[in-house]
Formats: sequence, C-alpha cells, structure tokens
Amino acid sequence: MIHALLAILACQLIGEAASHALALPLPGPVLGMILMILALQFLPRVAEVVRPVAQGILGHLSLLFVPAGVGVVGHFAAFGGQGLALGLAIVGSTVAAIAVGALSFVAVAKLTGNRDE
Amino acid sequence: MSDFVEIWSYLSRGPLLWLTATLAAYAIGDACFRAAGRRPYVNPVLIAVAILALLLQASGTAYSTYFEGAQFVHFLLGPATVCLALPLWDNLPRVRKAALPLLAALLAGSATAIVSALAIARAMGVTGETLASLAPKSTTAPVAIGISQAIGGSPTLTAVMVILTGITGAVVATPLLNTLRITDWRARGFATGVAAHGIGTARAFQVHPTAGAFAGLGMGLNAVLTALIAPILLRLFL
Repeated sequence: MIHALLAILACQLIGEAASHALALPLPGPVLGMILMILALQFLPRVAEVVRPVAQGILGHLSLLFVPAGVGVVGHFAAFGGQGLALGLAIVGSTVAAIAVGALSFVAVAKLTGNRDE
Repeated sequence: MSDFVEIWSYLSRGPLLWLTATLAAYAIGDACFRAAGRRPYVNPVLIAVAILALLLQASGTAYSTYFEGAQFVHFLLGPATVCLALPLWDNLPRVRKAALPLLAALLAGSATAIVSALAIARAMGVTGETLASLAPKSTTAPVAIGISQAIGGSPTLTAVMVILTGITGAVVATPLLNTLRITDWRARGFATGVAAHGIGTARAFQVHPTAGAFAGLGMGLNAVLTALIAPILLRLFL
C-alpha cells in the first residue's frame, strides 16, 4: 500500500509542480493522471502495485465530492435573483450535452463501422 | 447539560467530529441509494450534502470549522484523479480503436454544454460576470475555476455551478440515455464524463466499469477543450 500511495502522490506532486511552474491550463491532478498513464505504458508492473489502492479510492469516488457539495449550499445566495435562469441553464445544458455527446459517438461509430467487442 | 457542552466544545475544535460526520452522512446516502435499487435520482452525494448542511445549520457550525475535518476527504480528489489513469490504461486499446467516435462526441458534447448553457441563461436575462462564470461549468472544478477567472467570471459562482452540473448529470444520465436507447457503454460513459466531470464519472463507475473508464477520459479531455473554446464561445453571447 505504501508503494501504491507513493506512486500516486508522486504523480500528483510532479503534476502540481509542472502545472504551476509552466503556468499550464491543466490542473496538477490531471497532469498526474497523464504521468501515471505514461508510467503504466513503460512499466506495466506498476499496475499491480497501484491497482488495489486505486480501486479502493475509485470505488467511493462520490464520497470525495461531499465536502465541496456542502460548501456550495452556503452560496446559493450568490445566485441572487437569477436562480431560476441559472438552474434552467444548468439542467437544460447538461441534458443537451449528454444527449448530443452520446448520439454523436453512436452516429460516428456507425459511420466508421466501429463496434465494441 | 454542562457536561454535554464541554464535550461538544472539545470535539468541535478538532477535525475528528466532522470527518466522522462526513463519512456517516455518506454511509447513510449510500444505504438509501442501495435500498432504492441503485436508482439514479437517489443520489448519495445529494443525500449526504443535505444531511450535513442541516447538521451545520442546526449546530451553528461554520463551514470553515466543518472543512477542517472534511478536508481529509476533499484532499483525496487529487489522488483519485491520478487513479483514473488505471481504468483508462486498462481500456487503452479500446480507446485507440474508438478515436473517431470519441473525437466527435468530445467536440459535440463540449460545445453543446457551453453554448446551450449560455443561450438559455442569456435568453433569461443573465449577463456579464454571471454569464462568464457559467461557461466552464461542465469541466472539473479546478479547471473551471481557472477558466472562469481568465474570462472575467466569479470563482465562487463557478464552483457552485460546477457541483450542481455534476449532480444534475449524475441524476439524469441513466434515464436520459435509456430513453435515447443508447446501449454502448463507451458512448454512455464518455458523454456523461464530458458533460458532468467527476460527479458524472462517479455515477458512471456505479453503473458499469467500461462507462466509468470512458467517463474519466471524457472528463480529462473536456478539461483541455473547454479551456481552449470557452473564451471564444463566450464572446458570442456578451
């Protein structure tokens, strides 16, 4: 477990450092994810070290959004009188984006004869 | 009674109380989710947030006090993002094979998220800083906040809209995609990750491992794309 945590935190740390030092638009953890994929490509053995911890964390991914969610509750007042407009924009755009994204995927997969096996 | 007050004031000073409360609230939310047959509208995040918000309100606790305990959970968001590399790597051959459908879904989903949100809000009279704060709301929170600041939005407002977008996506994805009769787990997961970032990805992992892996990919790619196109698309509505 120590080695898994070390590998994960090291990727994030390098990602954070690179993101800040080079003023990249991507946050540290996303760069860390890219680094981890590179590490897995060159050293597939890393997968067996990291897998149990990664599965443990990803198995309860929802939990990690709870503190930020609680923080949001106190800020509904920031919406002012525009709560309805912003609520409709959020719900409408999220429904539209999921539908358009998934339909585009299926349409292009069909056009290019791409099937999942 | 004074014993209770003493113990309370002792516990409320340390991080243990609210860390435990966060896990307990989530355990209750997760139990409700399972008891309801894993239906998407019984969202464990939403239930846990509601319980904790009521507890904070009832006990007169400030969010900063709560966060001293909750920060240990919040911190894991970064390592969790790094961990998304593993399911993605497991699926790398399938990702390569689906490059064209993925590219189409990324461009269409990302642009739709931004343009439709701005169009609806603009039509209902939203302008200026608030409109700018709305533009990046489909991307993961740290990216969205960075974009928001760069295009003249408010970081707080963006953070609120990012979370609301994620919960909306987690709740609507399954019924919406069933209605559209989309059965490809790659399409279902990827579209949800593009539109509803990490919270949508968490939901996708609950449904199917392939959906989860592709949702993580969608979230990562859309973070890059939104940073590039949100400033351009916003200009059409200002």
